[in-house]
Amino acid sequence: MGELGRLLSDTVTRLFNNLVTKELIESAEKGAWPDKLWRALEEGGLTLPLVPEAHGGAGGAWADAHTVVRAAGKHTAPVPLAETIVAGWLLGQAGLDVPMGPLTIAPVHRDERLRFARAGGGGTLHGTATRVPWGATAGHVVIVAEDGATPVVALVARGAGRVTADRSLALEPRDTLVFDGAPVVAAAPARVAPDAVVLYGAMIRAAQMAGALESLLEQSARYATERKQFGKPIGNFQAIQHNLALLAGHVAAAGIAAEHAFVAADRGEPRLAVAAAKVRAGEAAGLGAGIAHQVHGAIGFTYEHSLHFATRRLWSWRAEFGSESQWAQVLGRAIAARGANQLWPDLTMR
Amino acid sequence: MSVFHFELRDLPPEAEAFRDEVRVFLREALGTRPTVRRARSWGGFDPEFSRKLGARGWIGLTWPKKYGGQERSFLERYVLLEELLAAGAPAGAHWVAERQSGPLLLRFGTEAQRERFLPAIARGELSFAIGMSEPDSGSDLASIRTRAVRKDGGYVVNGTKVWTSNAHRSQYAIALFRTAVVPDKKHEGLSQFLVDLKSPGITIRPIINLAGSHDFNEVVFQDAFVPEDMRVGGDGDGWKQVTTELAFERSGPERYLSSIALVLALIEHVGADPDPRAAEVLGRLTAQLMTLRQMSLSVAGMLQAGQNPNLEAAVVKDVGTTFEQSVPEVVHALMDIEPTIDTGGDLQQTLGYLVQRAPSFSLRGGTREVLRGIIARGLGLR
Repeated sequence: MGELGRLLSDTVTRLFNNLVTKELIESAEKGAWPDKLWRALEEGGLTLPLVPEAHGGAGGAWADAHTVVRAAGKHTAPVPLAETIVAGWLLGQAGLDVPMGPLTIAPVHRDERLRFARAGGGGTLHGTATRVPWGATAGHVVIVAEDGATPVVALVARGAGRVTADRSLALEPRDTLVFDGAPVVAAAPARVAPDAVVLYGAMIRAAQMAGALESLLEQSARYATERKQFGKPIGNFQAIQHNLALLAGHVAAAGIAAEHAFVAADRGEPRLAVAAAKVRAGEAAGLGAGIAHQVHGAIGFTYEHSLHFATRRLWSWRAEFGSESQWAQVLGRAIAARGANQLWPDLTMR
Repeated sequence: MSVFHFELRDLPPEAEAFRDEVRVFLREALGTRPTVRRARSWGGFDPEFSRKLGARGWIGLTWPKKYGGQERSFLERYVLLEELLAAGAPAGAHWVAERQSGPLLLRFGTEAQRERFLPAIARGELSFAIGMSEPDSGSDLASIRTRAVRKDGGYVVNGTKVWTSNAHRSQYAIALFRTAVVPDKKHEGLSQFLVDLKSPGITIRPIINLAGSHDFNEVVFQDAFVPEDMRVGGDGDGWKQVTTELAFERSGPERYLSSIALVLALIEHVGADPDPRAAEVLGRLTAQLMTLRQMSLSVAGMLQAGQNPNLEAAVVKDVGTTFEQSVPEVVHALMDIEPTIDTGGDLQQTLGYLVQRAPSFSLRGGTREVLRGIIARGLGLR
């Protein structure tokens, strides 16, 4: 981690510790927009880590952004911070200005295509994007659309599309947006892959899962030392110790896989590392949530306890921007096509 | 509470340059040997291969030059190890000596011991076994009972060691004996010794493993004499030394690469355009491999930085051996093939080999249960 990464990490951790309270998450889950939190993030320079300083960002790399995204996952911050970071980067890649306020990205599914049509100096958008995070709340949506054979990065303002509101298991907005000739605020040829939203979306979800898994381990290890049964802390029982050791392994694996993907993104070819991270973190999410709940017993199954803020997010995040199965197939096909002799050179590629 | 931190590591350019050199050497040394032979990896005992490696200066790479080493970095050694393992090189004749015995002597041995043993290990001429476990002492290592009693400028040893890999084809063992019985303090009174396995009073008997192979032995000591100058470290310092030694054993890439030959055979078998099910299986295996390599490399980086990553090494070994054991399972679930010994293709034979070796992966060098205990302690639970 570089100097900027450390600075961002310290800043974001302090901010989340102060502002992301149980009450705040609960109110967000009832539909309130946590405006104070968002403004603090913007004022702290945490929403646009990859945007050049000249354009109001932090001028950092993905490796720096990783610390912010991981922290957002760990603290289950109920805002589209990770989505805004990817959106800002996509706009920057296309040479477009980045508006203030929360941003989101679409389409989130590989099989959904949005079409860009030029009109005069601007253009319009056509097509449907389902289950867009904060699709109706975010000030703008950044979309990678098709303009014939070339991908285009298009920016549309809130309200440009028809909205059908929905939500995730974590009660975060996941809205369907139907664009029927919606005017774009700005658009430019994308210098990224046509599926960049799904690819970078999978990358942020992997890091958010790694963060939430860290929180599960901390909460579970603490609970195991506090909760007493049969006259001693349950953490004294070997069965509990071994399950928590197993959880620690999943936390470590998800963490390094996610960080590796961000570093690969800085090198310009993150596809295989992102696929591996999404698969590994997703597996860890399912198994890790299971262990954390088992250790917490019945109290962890209540809304009153805070464990579910992380576990419900893990259950929804692992299925977003491509499931483990889908990314495993992407990775497996790439490995098979390159052949057995290339596996080890690929694994050790710098 | 301490959460383990696995920092992502990059290898320095000289380590990557060295990798190319190692690959060229291995291509020539191993030729086109079949996957099932490569699967044996460091289980393969080939003194000629070890001497060739020694001639290149690649055994004891990090050791001081005056003991036959090259004074290169731990990260270069890491690259060498992972290349040997990925290629399935038969590294067994020098593996223990290079990984454990040599470093132990460097740390705790006398100058005379270092001068006598390290250059020969570095040349690939000296194989070592490890005498720790006993019939009644496995995970509870401190309960060992083999006695070494002082007499005439040395010690007289009586007792039995088991699971002593390669004792029948190694010249020496480093063994842990009880030199004093301290009531209620089983960790005290233990000492380590360099044992010449050809000494009178030592009987080596094979223990055949479930696959019919002779790797293990029972080593019986009946009034065997070990000279005083063959004790490693102080009398009674054995426990401290042995726990250090076990840490060397837990952190390497051998703790996640044991089944890589089967992954390679599977890729060959399913071809360049696999069906979705096979593609998914390959993808999941690759995701684990990529992740474990980063974890293992991270521990190597901590060792290079002079840190003490015992907990992280235990995590890598637990996650790594779980992965190694999953590979035969996953192949079995995907394919309609029988594991074989003598017939069938690469995939069938490699599956046949590894499905029978897999149980040992989470036993050797500290059982899964011992490792999880270490991790739980790191989490503040013990």
